[in-house]
Amino acid sequence: MNLGFPLFPEQASTTASRVDALFFFLVAVSVFFATLICLFIVIFAIRYRRRVEDERPEPIEGKIWLEVLWSVIPFGLTMVMFVWGAVIFFDIYNPPPDALEISVVGRQWMWKAQHPTGQNEINELHVPLGQPVKLMMTSEDVIHDFYLPAFRIKQDVLPGRYTSVWFEATKAGAYRLFCAEYCGTQHSGMMGRVVVLEPAEFERWLSGGATGLSMIDQGASLFKRFGCETCHRSGGTSQGPSLAGLFGKTVKLQGGTTVTVDENYIRESILDPRAKIVAGYQPIMPTFKGLVSEEGLLQLISYIKSLGESERKAAQK
Amino acid sequence: MNVSVIERRKHYLNINYGIRSWLFTTDHKRIAWLYLLSVTLFFFIGGLFATLMRIELMTPQGDLVQAETYNKLFTMHGVTMVFFFLIPSIPAVLGNFLVPMMIGARDLAFPRLNLASWYIFILGGAFTLMAAAAGGVDTGWTFYTPYSSIYSNTHVVLTVVGVFVTGFSSILTGLNFIVTIHKMRAPGMTWFRLPLFIWAHYATSIIFILGTPVIAITLLLVGLERIFRLGIFDPSLGGDPVLFQHLFWFYSHPAVYIMILPAMGVVSELIACFSRKRIFGYSFVAFASLAIAVIGFLVWGHHMFVAGQSVHASMIFSLLSFLVAIPSAIKVFNWTATLYKSSVSYDAPMLYALGFIGLFTMGGLTGLFLASLGIDVHVHDTYFVVAHFHYIMVGGAVMGYLGGIHFWWPKMTGRSYPESWARVAALLIFVGFNLTFFPQFVLGYLGMPRRYHVYPEEFQVLNVMSTAGASILAVGYVLPLLYLIWSLRYGAVAGANPWRARGLEWQTPSPPPTENFDRTPIVTEGAYAYEKDPAEIYTVGKPAHV
Repeated sequence: MNLGFPLFPEQASTTASRVDALFFFLVAVSVFFATLICLFIVIFAIRYRRRVEDERPEPIEGKIWLEVLWSVIPFGLTMVMFVWGAVIFFDIYNPPPDALEISVVGRQWMWKAQHPTGQNEINELHVPLGQPVKLMMTSEDVIHDFYLPAFRIKQDVLPGRYTSVWFEATKAGAYRLFCAEYCGTQHSGMMGRVVVLEPAEFERWLSGGATGLSMIDQGASLFKRFGCETCHRSGGTSQGPSLAGLFGKTVKLQGGTTVTVDENYIRESILDPRAKIVAGYQPIMPTFKGLVSEEGLLQLISYIKSLGESERKAAQK
Repeated sequence: MNVSVIERRKHYLNINYGIRSWLFTTDHKRIAWLYLLSVTLFFFIGGLFATLMRIELMTPQGDLVQAETYNKLFTMHGVTMVFFFLIPSIPAVLGNFLVPMMIGARDLAFPRLNLASWYIFILGGAFTLMAAAAGGVDTGWTFYTPYSSIYSNTHVVLTVVGVFVTGFSSILTGLNFIVTIHKMRAPGMTWFRLPLFIWAHYATSIIFILGTPVIAITLLLVGLERIFRLGIFDPSLGGDPVLFQHLFWFYSHPAVYIMILPAMGVVSELIACFSRKRIFGYSFVAFASLAIAVIGFLVWGHHMFVAGQSVHASMIFSLLSFLVAIPSAIKVFNWTATLYKSSVSYDAPMLYALGFIGLFTMGGLTGLFLASLGIDVHVHDTYFVVAHFHYIMVGGAVMGYLGGIHFWWPKMTGRSYPESWARVAALLIFVGFNLTFFPQFVLGYLGMPRRYHVYPEEFQVLNVMSTAGASILAVGYVLPLLYLIWSLRYGAVAGANPWRARGLEWQTPSPPPTENFDRTPIVTEGAYAYEKDPAEIYTVGKPAHV
């Protein structure tokens, strides 16, 4: 049926068909109950319409078994919805470990993306077909929200920390990207598109255009420029720990607590170094707040993640 | 009919005249009128904002108003409707008028506090209108930080002060109701003889008292961060923007129940009266109100499934959100079952009540979609959410409010409204409402985000449908305003109990005397003993004047 306008969104990710299946289950349950209630109301309202002005129907107090029945059945059905929805949700926010990681920075009112190989995009995101893609996102100002209706995924993009979401595109083409969290005057102008390319075509796209340094290389040069190496040499110094192989590890802090090193912890340690001091070190690191851009932070994090990567891979083998 | 009959008898409307006798009244019935006039004004102001938005959205381009203006329109529509119409509408108008009458009391427990709450409401409203007149505010009624506290260049502080002040009016009303219901019931009016309207208002009052201080504190913090750059919510000042959302929704989700519970109370009264039957499963309906009020405090996180809160927290909030759906379902089933073997008449208030059940059911069922984590990720912050909460707050709460206004109009004024006009209005509202908001469910699932001034072309047809429906809805809302005003002068004299209802408020003349009852009534039966004569249910005790 072609009405000239869509009534149902395209399915272009592995998540889309799963969300739609649950959606149709809920539609079925809703239609059933809505019809049931309407039918009963209409039938009762007609059948028991007032025929004589003085009617006094017999009182009915209620029936316990009916109350139990119409509490237990909806309860059971909603628990099915809960578990089903929770399973999908859990998967949407747990990316597979081999996902391609792309950085996204939102600001009033545009989307900026950087690929690991260094390509930058604005209000566009090119991704390969059939490969999991994880987005590591942050905002420069207010809260935004990265929303791809055709992929059925959405995630708020917050200032001051990283949030992430992942998807695997199943159909080549261009799809709408919306900002879904109200972010000020040009909120509705903060639109863009995601372009899904066949893997070979994606490789071509990556190698075309201005080739610059990869994110890791850009991070490495920042690492040098800010003089991080002075203290965070491989092997470590008395001033600061080595960062090689640190990512993903759990480290002991002063005061006995621990923290697992992830993107948000590295970010905090650069911008607010005194917030969590690793046990055995002095709080001497200066803050780099205001000196390094959101993009720079993401590049530094890429670089720090890459340190000791080869050793880790070797150890896994 | 003989008009002089009403006028010769002294009642609360003619006991004295003049503006002072109204502005300094402590009679709960007159204060209800003060609220009625104020919330009606706010309703039509909020409606005007909505009308402009719907006209703007007829085309995908932003051609009627600029983006900044559009953002102010939806913000002021939300702020006006939520804080200055929906929250006070049923409790402060119908609740004020009826809570004492339904339990056989002479007034609320604290009449002067009651008057003070209206002045506070007006003061808050004045601040907010002042903000609108000064150029408006563009944060959305949700005031999300850090946009509201740092980035917006509009009148955030003035608006927030308005909402902050108005909150105290809610708190005082809630306090008044709770004390009144506990301490001032007539002899024989036991808890399980109370009308369900009273149970609903009791539950609502609990939310007023426990929830409102939280929004007040939250908005105060937004103001402090905005004025003094105190780092609370903005990460660049060391704050946490998600903290705001937790605090905001801790009140604002229960606030949804503030809007819907009183409407449920009204609907219980209407269904019982126009089917001449006890409410099926009375105690289940009564406890469902309390269950909704209590569980309603534990589900706020379902507004934040994609906001960056932990996946596990989201799961708990999803589970609890499904649980809060059960008491609502119980109510709908019991209302339906009440009609079984009853005696149904189709007077206008009953049409509103049946319309309420239909629209509330739609709103409730679509709430399940939003509670489902996997689906919410897709439809969160889209028109699906907009449609859902309008089904609850407009389809539900406003239908209940208008049904109640029609039902008790003869009691409040002593006059009948024109029945056929009222039925036409009820139908127009029902049809117009569905035409306006059903297309928005489709838009939402297609992915159209809310709060969009311009939108992609593929969404236009559904938006035009929605605007067309809104024009019908607008007619449906203006009609009652006209014929109800008309009826004040030309309506037929109603008599004490035109619906042959069994509630205590109908056992005294219309309009009631200032002290409500000439003699304190003694209650021997529940509120819905339609199989008995009123004289068998109530006897009179000592004169109320002493």
